[in-house]
Amino acid sequence: MSKNEQDLQPSQIAAAKEKGLKNWVEHRLPIFEFMNKELIEYKTPKNLNYFWNFGSLAGITLVVMILTGIFLAMQYTPHVNHAFESVERIMREVNFGWLLRYIHMNGATMFFILVYLHMFRGLYYGSYKAPRELLWIMGVVIFFLMMATAFMGYVLPWGQMSFWGATVITNFFTAFDINFALGDSVVSLKLGTGIMEWLLGGFSVDNPTLNRFFALHYLLPFAIVGIVILHLVALHQHGSNNPLGIDKKTEKDVVPFHPYYTYKDLFGLGTFLLVWAGFVFFAPNFFGEPDNYMPADPLVTPPHIVPEWYFLPFYAILRCVPDKLSGVLLMFSAVGILIAVPWLDKSSVRSAKFRPLYKKFFWLFIFSCLALGWVGSQPPEGIAMLIGRLTTVYYFGFFLLIMPLLGMIEKPLPLPNSIDEYEQNKCR
Amino acid sequence: MDMSYSQTKKESATGFIKKLLFAAVILISFGSVTARGNTGVDTPPKAAWSFNGPFGVFKRDQLQRGFQVYKEVCAVCHGLDLVRYDKLAALGFSEAEIKAIAGAHDVPGPLNEDGEPTTVKATPGNAFANPYPNANAARAANNGAFPPDLSLMAKARAHGPDYIRALLTGYEAAPDDFGLMDGMYYNRYFSGNQIAMPPPLADNQVEYSDGTPATVEQMSNDVSAFLTWTAEPELEIRRNLGVKVMIFLSFFTLLMYCLMRRTWRKIKHSKK
Repeated sequence: MSKNEQDLQPSQIAAAKEKGLKNWVEHRLPIFEFMNKELIEYKTPKNLNYFWNFGSLAGITLVVMILTGIFLAMQYTPHVNHAFESVERIMREVNFGWLLRYIHMNGATMFFILVYLHMFRGLYYGSYKAPRELLWIMGVVIFFLMMATAFMGYVLPWGQMSFWGATVITNFFTAFDINFALGDSVVSLKLGTGIMEWLLGGFSVDNPTLNRFFALHYLLPFAIVGIVILHLVALHQHGSNNPLGIDKKTEKDVVPFHPYYTYKDLFGLGTFLLVWAGFVFFAPNFFGEPDNYMPADPLVTPPHIVPEWYFLPFYAILRCVPDKLSGVLLMFSAVGILIAVPWLDKSSVRSAKFRPLYKKFFWLFIFSCLALGWVGSQPPEGIAMLIGRLTTVYYFGFFLLIMPLLGMIEKPLPLPNSIDEYEQNKCR
Repeated sequence: MDMSYSQTKKESATGFIKKLLFAAVILISFGSVTARGNTGVDTPPKAAWSFNGPFGVFKRDQLQRGFQVYKEVCAVCHGLDLVRYDKLAALGFSEAEIKAIAGAHDVPGPLNEDGEPTTVKATPGNAFANPYPNANAARAANNGAFPPDLSLMAKARAHGPDYIRALLTGYEAAPDDFGLMDGMYYNRYFSGNQIAMPPPLADNQVEYSDGTPATVEQMSNDVSAFLTWTAEPELEIRRNLGVKVMIFLSFFTLLMYCLMRRTWRKIKHSKK
């Protein structure tokens, strides 16, 4: 440069100082500072245990599901006459199509395992309490959208269980039909049937249903991504909760996210991928129903219609009351009640580590969820029905009775002064 | 080794066992979802398939024999719509052999100049020729029963190949008090015990070119293995790739574990 520095305007001097593409971009879009702040320097409690791995794992799984899904969609045909065959074409003719499909299929199962563990973590360590109520609620919304997405995705291969699962579940809405006696005749307001037909695009599960389910199955994951981003913004506002459930106070309580949690998350990712790949390559149909390898046949009902395993606890709650409307309302409440959890729990202590009574009820709650899963897989009769009813009562009792009551009667253990102090005492 | 060290070690060991138990409970509760048998029907016994286990592979001679059973017995009524003739190369058939196998079948061809449907000889690119032009014809020929397509049978039934093998060997006389309907057969393993398919196999029904005695047991084994291949033609590639992926992931995970430990050591040792 031949020009003397004195000849330049101040703005030109500043521009000359920020050499290189990185600075050029940073000056216009501060993305590197953002990444540095949120992914590298981001102050994270130093005492997080492995249960804090599941959030990032779920995020990665969402990305893998979207990527495999996009490539599957390129080969899939959403038409009742071709859907089943197009999936088999992916399995047999498309290069590594079987790999894409098995990753996607087992990915749904893995996603739910991660998210359930993530939710149980939140419940155990009180991660939903102030100031993280909205963080928790957005999590519940993600969970709900995930269930809708998974349900519609299961319909797409157009196997027997796809078809009959869709038929049973969309039939729930007919519970909202209103029947009442008017004089000698019964008047029926087909409100629920109307909703069902609107959802199906016809009188039964058919081609319009498959088309719209495909469109929505492609759309909803991106809605999930949007809420996941909000979930992360809310998380980074106050940072992660931790196993002690106390706020971080000094620099001694925290470590920068990188390298401490980047490596820990990568170790978690490796472990998780080993499990996922284990199923994909060596037991790809372990979680599936054999019936779904038969093409959908509206004239042949399978003897035992069961949803995917991750819906079984809710299916059990649905069937534990003889009245259809109550069952449907109860089932939706089982998810909806999670939204109220931050206000149902009256205890000021977050972590179950310092809540001797809550801890016991929590494990009983986990047990009842597993029991409900088993009940959902059984025909609705006999001992399974009885267990289903008892555990349903406990499921709702845990949230509506035990959570508020414990806040009043439980005497929590003394909380440590700081994360750092507790960790040092533990080591001594 | 001092006392306190071994104490903490013991504690972490029990913690690990607790975690293992927890994992076991979860796995069992998942397992119970899939482990559902038909009531009133026998559970198919487990056979020692060459393709069992994570490293199992198909035996080519068995697949070829199984194909022969399918071709000479099953194909009379059952289609294999999802399999093309050229895929038989995976069984060890040569191009010329496959061409001959395909050429023995007629399949619907293009419309001729007068707009009439035509029939042409199948080529290796064709899917296996279906014995019936449509489902109605299949029913009409089988006393109203529809012989299902066999392409995916080994995945579409619980217990897969074990079930097919058990079904083929499970024919017996109905108990006296069993109300067997006309034209139906009693089978120990079929749902409801009544099956429309007559016992398809009898000793020496096919003549194996490799000299294997064609007992009902042998033919059932062979055709079940063949149908496992038609249902999961990718099985061997899948497992082969799986081993490589697992080895890679193990190294990756171990490396990340070491990195994690080394990084965190600074924190864990900076106590006090």
